[in-house]
Amino acid sequence: MGNKGDYSVIKTTINTNSSAQIKTKRYFSESFKESFVGYLYVSPFFILFGIFGLFPILFSFYLGFQKWNGLNEMEFVGLNNYKLIYSDPVFWKAIYNTIIIGFLGCFPILVFSIILAFILNSAFVRLKSIFRVSLFMPYVTSTVAVAIVFGVIFSNMEFGIANLTFSWFGFEPIKWQVGEWAVKIAIACMVLWRWVGYNVIIFIAGLQSIPIELYEAATIDGATTRQQLFYITVPLLKPVIIFTVFLSTVGSLQLFTEPLIFLGRNAREEGITAVLYLWREAFNNMAFGTASAAAVTLFFIIIIVSFINYLITNRISS
Amino acid sequence: MHSGGKGFTFSKLFIYIILIAGSVISLFPFYWMFVIATNHTSAINKVPPAILPGKELVTNFQNVLAKIDFFGAMLNSLIISSLVTIGVLFICSLAGFAFAKLNFRGKEFLFIFILVTMMIPPQLGLIPQYYIITQLGWLNELKAVVVPGLIDAFGIFWMRQYVKGSVPDELLEAAKIDGCSYFRIYWNIVCPVILPAFATLAIIRFMYVWNDFLWPLVVLRDTTSHTIQIAIRTLVDNYVQDYGMILSGTFWATVPLILVFLIFNRFFIESLTQGAIKS
Repeated sequence: MGNKGDYSVIKTTINTNSSAQIKTKRYFSESFKESFVGYLYVSPFFILFGIFGLFPILFSFYLGFQKWNGLNEMEFVGLNNYKLIYSDPVFWKAIYNTIIIGFLGCFPILVFSIILAFILNSAFVRLKSIFRVSLFMPYVTSTVAVAIVFGVIFSNMEFGIANLTFSWFGFEPIKWQVGEWAVKIAIACMVLWRWVGYNVIIFIAGLQSIPIELYEAATIDGATTRQQLFYITVPLLKPVIIFTVFLSTVGSLQLFTEPLIFLGRNAREEGITAVLYLWREAFNNMAFGTASAAAVTLFFIIIIVSFINYLITNRISS
Repeated sequence: MHSGGKGFTFSKLFIYIILIAGSVISLFPFYWMFVIATNHTSAINKVPPAILPGKELVTNFQNVLAKIDFFGAMLNSLIISSLVTIGVLFICSLAGFAFAKLNFRGKEFLFIFILVTMMIPPQLGLIPQYYIITQLGWLNELKAVVVPGLIDAFGIFWMRQYVKGSVPDELLEAAKIDGCSYFRIYWNIVCPVILPAFATLAIIRFMYVWNDFLWPLVVLRDTTSHTIQIAIRTLVDNYVQDYGMILSGTFWATVPLILVFLIFNRFFIESLTQGAIKS
């Protein structure tokens, strides 16, 4: 089998050289060829990422200083876009909502999924696979479908299933799509419902990677189940906890589909999120400059939040 | 454990109650979707609402078909998801092979760069991305979703780990001495060994693209180019009143992936777990 295509040139060069040179030349060419192939094989990612990933992000920074509706000439306006959005109460409301919904969603996800993973990992539970499949099914469902179904469950009307259930306990019907907290709770429930199963599965895998010998040794030393939980399980699960918290945080900062579908394209202030604000600025108001300024701000917020997040989880779990 | 019969059974019961409650909560929205999809909207909009499946299954779905091109949108989703998946498998395995087995300068740096890109949310470049698509004239064309979808940093990471762990160097050396080209080595030796990694990545990617919403919403505006997610969203956006019809569309859009999941559930769950744990 000979070398084909791209390398025939190199081969010819080798053949024309004298025998003394062949050895060094071939060695050199071989490693050159390997490098060339290496770069060639990784290049599709870098080309595509350059065009559709890196360039757009850098260009967002540039657009943040321009006034532009996507059609006419851009106009340099300095920091004006930033001034505009920072003086827009809806922008801050969007950031605030995103963070609140993030907390309302992430914290219960973490607690529920650790508990459920714990239970599903214990030896005596039967029908494990059925429970696993039912808990995981929401994750396979698209966010759009989730938002539509929950929109019906959390209907403002008294026949909505959430309000109906509440009425059994004597509560008045709640305006889920309007109330300051009701909106956030409804959206957090959608996030919670879709993501618990996924996190459960990850925690189960994490639990299974802890060697049984540790528990056996602890039992021999007389450690209680609770002590085992806090001194063996939680510390060894730390990397998994950090990973899932990181995923949930970045995920909740990107919340978009749920509020858009739940509240409609002119989302009320109570439920607008950062990405929804950005999208609305760009594609409803055709204000690409301010939308980019919002994207840049969001970029820094994500970096800061991820960092704080890392510090907190690190401290709590140790 | 030998800590007294009664307390033990009680905690066991408690644990089963938690599990059953969790499963019921997880499954209820699917049931509810079906109930509404099979009832006339008036049966749902009353107190108390219908809680059992009704007889309007066909009528509701006919209403969906009258409003959106349901099967066309399904086909678009299938085309996009399949093309992205196939492309990603090829690009990522090729790059994964290069990172795992070939020597070239700056390899470590490039690999770390790829890992860092995983942390950046793609929405941040949304507006320029949209602009690029308009400049390329790809608006309302499926390739506007397919081509950017081929970027998959996780896939490269995943493939590199797998190739590193499962393809022995000796095998590659032997093939090299026999004069195999690098592409032949990749195609005839590496690919057959990493089939399980292909399957895992395919599931993760296909599901992601199938369920994706924001980017298709931005670039696929014409109804003929809508994916199924965008199509069912237009039901909510335009015809807010008819819940029987809306949920019918939602239900039938959800069924295919759920069915595939139920058939291959073990494989699905394992794939996604491995994918998550590795990172």
